[in-house]
Amino acid sequence: MDINATLIGQSIAMVVFVWFTMKFVWPPLNNAIEERQKRIADGLAASELAEKDLEKAHEQVAAELNKAKADAAEIIEQARKRATKLVDDETQRGQEEREKIIASGHAEIEAERNRAREELRKQVAILAVAGAEKIIQREVDAAKQSDIVDKLVAEL
Amino acid sequence: MAANGNITVQGYINHHLTDMTVGEGFWAINLGALGWSIILGSLFVISFALVGRKATTGVPGKFQCFVEMIVEFVSGSVRETFHTKDRLIAPVALTIFMWIFLMNLMKLVPVDWFPTIAGFFGLLLNGSALPEYAQNYSYLEQIMSHPWSYLKVAPTTDINIAMGLALGVFVLILGYSIRYKGVGGFAKELSLTPFNHWSLIPFNLVLELVQLISKPVSLGLRLFGNLYAGEVIFILIALVGLGQLPLHFAWAVFHIMVILLQAFIFMMLTIVYLSMAAEDH
Repeated sequence: MDINATLIGQSIAMVVFVWFTMKFVWPPLNNAIEERQKRIADGLAASELAEKDLEKAHEQVAAELNKAKADAAEIIEQARKRATKLVDDETQRGQEEREKIIASGHAEIEAERNRAREELRKQVAILAVAGAEKIIQREVDAAKQSDIVDKLVAEL
Repeated sequence: MAANGNITVQGYINHHLTDMTVGEGFWAINLGALGWSIILGSLFVISFALVGRKATTGVPGKFQCFVEMIVEFVSGSVRETFHTKDRLIAPVALTIFMWIFLMNLMKLVPVDWFPTIAGFFGLLLNGSALPEYAQNYSYLEQIMSHPWSYLKVAPTTDINIAMGLALGVFVLILGYSIRYKGVGGFAKELSLTPFNHWSLIPFNLVLELVQLISKPVSLGLRLFGNLYAGEVIFILIALVGLGQLPLHFAWAVFHIMVILLQAFIFMMLTIVYLSMAAEDH
């Protein structure tokens, strides 16, 4: 085996292949790899950002929820207070009403009693007069003895 | 193939170490080695170029993944060693790695396959080329005596191929030295290192030139030596007869490492030599 022109041929082939690789093989492959690396890096960055956003949203939701809860609690508390107040007021009014009704009832009863008493007095007076009439067995002028009757009535 | 009949052991070994040639003397061309070298190189550039043309930046296919893995690997090796920005060195490294790897890979093909096939077709298509002395040989021996059966399929076992690659690298070393240091800088480096004194210029020159020349020579001879030795062992194993099967398997498995390692070493040393040429030291 001697050194011969194959050596030159191989060197020429090498130049051609290296040129071809430099022109048509390396750039597209390397570009594709670098492009993909960039895309992956971008994707990772974006996902990190999205994760942060999500976290922020979670926090916001939690804050909103807490606020809503607090609001609801406050509203419920207010409503309860108002209900209590309403019930108290109504109770008081009812009490007053009752007292008023009772008082008016008392007054009416009193008036009725007074009237009944007055009526009774009158009836008694008439009865007394009738009794007296019968007792003395004579015509008595009721008007003439009215002072005696009045005195009797007053003693009742 | 067992050696018997008209083919001797020595003849068999010689047969496998001889390549089909055209031309005479220095201007002979080893058709088998150079042909397969060009076929394999084309296989590499065309398949990679096709992948590169269809390369997607999205989810890659399996073959694209494989190709990108190799590109990534070469690119990483270049970036680690060669620190100047340069758009030639990475393609050079990739070409050298893949090309030498494919050429070495041809050694795993059993040594008799391609010569037998080529000889068979030679006898079939060009029977008149059979040498006079082989006219009375058996059919198989006629096949192996036909000139077409002298076909080397592992190009890197040919010293011309290995040294041709080394010569290309040598030209690149000179080119890089001149490009990055200028002609004056390169001349200064050759004549004024390691001893920076005018009286020692001849001594420096001898030292530096030996160092410069030794780079491609060692590069080419390392590749050739490793692969040639392996090929001779493969041929010897092929002489054993039927017992060659386990032996061939064992040696082939071991050789997978050599195939890959020699391709890697050649690429790595090319990068190192070029970075040495590009940097001041």
